[in-house]
Amino acid sequence: METQFIGRAFTFGKNIDTDQIYPGRFVELTREKDIARHAMEGADPEFVKQFKAGDIIVASTNFGCGSSREHAAITLKAVGTACIIAESFGRIFYRNAVNLGLPVLVCPGVSQHIDKGDELSVNIETGLIKDLTTGKDLHAQPLTGYPLKILSAGGIKTLIREKRTQRH
Amino acid sequence: MGQTIAEKIFSTHLVDEPFGDVSVLKLDRVFCHEITTPIAINDLQKRGKDRVFDPDKIKAVIDHVSPAKDSKTAVQGKILRDWARKHQIRDFFDIGANGVCHALFPEKGYVRPGFTVIMGDSHTCTHGAFGAFAAGVGTTDLEVGILKGVCTFKKPKTIRIELTGNLPDGVYAKDVILYVIGQISVNGATNMVMEFCGSCVDQMSMEERMTLCNMAVEAGATSGICYPDMTTVEYLWPFIRDDFQSKEAALESYSKYISDDDAEYEAVKTFDISNLEPLVTYGYKPDNVKTVTEMAGTSVDQVYIGSCTNGRIEDLRVAAKILEGHVISPTVRAIVSPATPKIFNQAMEEGLMKIFMDAGFCVTNPTCGACLGMSNGILAPGEVAATTTNRNFNGRMGKGGMVHLMSPATAAASAIQGVITNSPMFIG
Repeated sequence: METQFIGRAFTFGKNIDTDQIYPGRFVELTREKDIARHAMEGADPEFVKQFKAGDIIVASTNFGCGSSREHAAITLKAVGTACIIAESFGRIFYRNAVNLGLPVLVCPGVSQHIDKGDELSVNIETGLIKDLTTGKDLHAQPLTGYPLKILSAGGIKTLIREKRTQRH
Repeated sequence: MGQTIAEKIFSTHLVDEPFGDVSVLKLDRVFCHEITTPIAINDLQKRGKDRVFDPDKIKAVIDHVSPAKDSKTAVQGKILRDWARKHQIRDFFDIGANGVCHALFPEKGYVRPGFTVIMGDSHTCTHGAFGAFAAGVGTTDLEVGILKGVCTFKKPKTIRIELTGNLPDGVYAKDVILYVIGQISVNGATNMVMEFCGSCVDQMSMEERMTLCNMAVEAGATSGICYPDMTTVEYLWPFIRDDFQSKEAALESYSKYISDDDAEYEAVKTFDISNLEPLVTYGYKPDNVKTVTEMAGTSVDQVYIGSCTNGRIEDLRVAAKILEGHVISPTVRAIVSPATPKIFNQAMEEGLMKIFMDAGFCVTNPTCGACLGMSNGILAPGEVAATTTNRNFNGRMGKGGMVHLMSPATAAASAIQGVITNSPMFIG
């Protein structure tokens, strides 16, 4: 998996909960392409029309708080989110994103420095975020250890499969 | 250095430490429902790994949309049902026997002190009321749990919530947890176990402790947790009587799951609840909390009494006591959903259902439907609900709807008045 991305920022505020990322009324959907249609619908109904694969989500604190529904991470991965940078995350969402191979970076203060539409260059291994629009550099907590290993494999299932293949 | 209860449970369940702060734990219970499990089942089947680690440790229920409201939800139920049959999961609860998972599974005695529990449902933290480590997980972690009986967690940090004092009349466990969340905020316990202790918790019933632990995730917590004591043993006794010679022996055995005096905490917060007032949420976050007195007079379109937070028999008793001899406001529609068939039966035997119906309530079967805006009580845009559930996120009970979280007593009183109001149980 790539560890460096360049993409446009889509910005969100504090406490973007799972019901905003993926409203409960759609949790009966199971196919990824159906789930993708409702990404961020509760926070911004125009999101799916404007977001392009490779774009980056930037949010304030507690992104993904609330439900365990993996639909929230599935939908953001399915629309092609390159990575999510937030000041902090809800635990279950963070886990789900890593498990699916969707990079999530913690960067205190990030929401005050990045505007919607800014072009960002992000390195998840060093944590360096370059705002190419404003020229500002920000430093997220680099991804290390187990989360990086899972992300590098492209998700927990691939990692387990690779481990098994190595053993045999 | 002493250990917290969560650390003790981690120590006894550890199977691997692949990285410094990462623990792979053996699971005692994997709970499943029809919303988050079908994706895992489909994937296991697609990958040619349609197996379960132990059919006796897996418990499954169709509860979120029951009866199915359309073809899609019918298919989700069917996937879970077929899978449970195929793998001989005996403890599978379908329509007629089903109830809200976090009320049903404790009632069946499936959770014991010291257990590790996961479920694809964030309110799994409820089961910590029994002195268990119980965490909500996503579908991928659930899938691994179903297949391997393990789950990976970061080493648990614990925030200790000491609740002292006696609950004033008309103030309930729901008010306490809303107060705590209001104090520490919606991410005040993120990545931590929320340990509830103190004289107030000691006096609480298991049902009240479940209400406390149920909303731990609304402060971001991984699990709520209470110390096992004689109240826990009494509740579990019908299920554990063959395992122990006496209740005292059970208590002694379970007492190993109590935090040591010198355990290390991430934070310790002490709250005296002696002067607490009934509380209600006002915004789209569970820490947006005000007193009912401050919010009094707010118009309500729908009242909902039920859910994994407050759909148990004690909740229905309190609400019925307030409703007896009254009818709900003509401007309000009111729904009561007993959380399990046993609770439903008990409520009928005690005459509570007649009180609800005479007051003008619609009585529904046990289901989670309304709480997450899927079925059985969805709001129209612009409508306002007074509910005993646990989440007031924007659009939670229906797009454009506003949800005010409160105790069953406040919800019942508000149904009668048509506006948010203190219950007569609260003297103030």
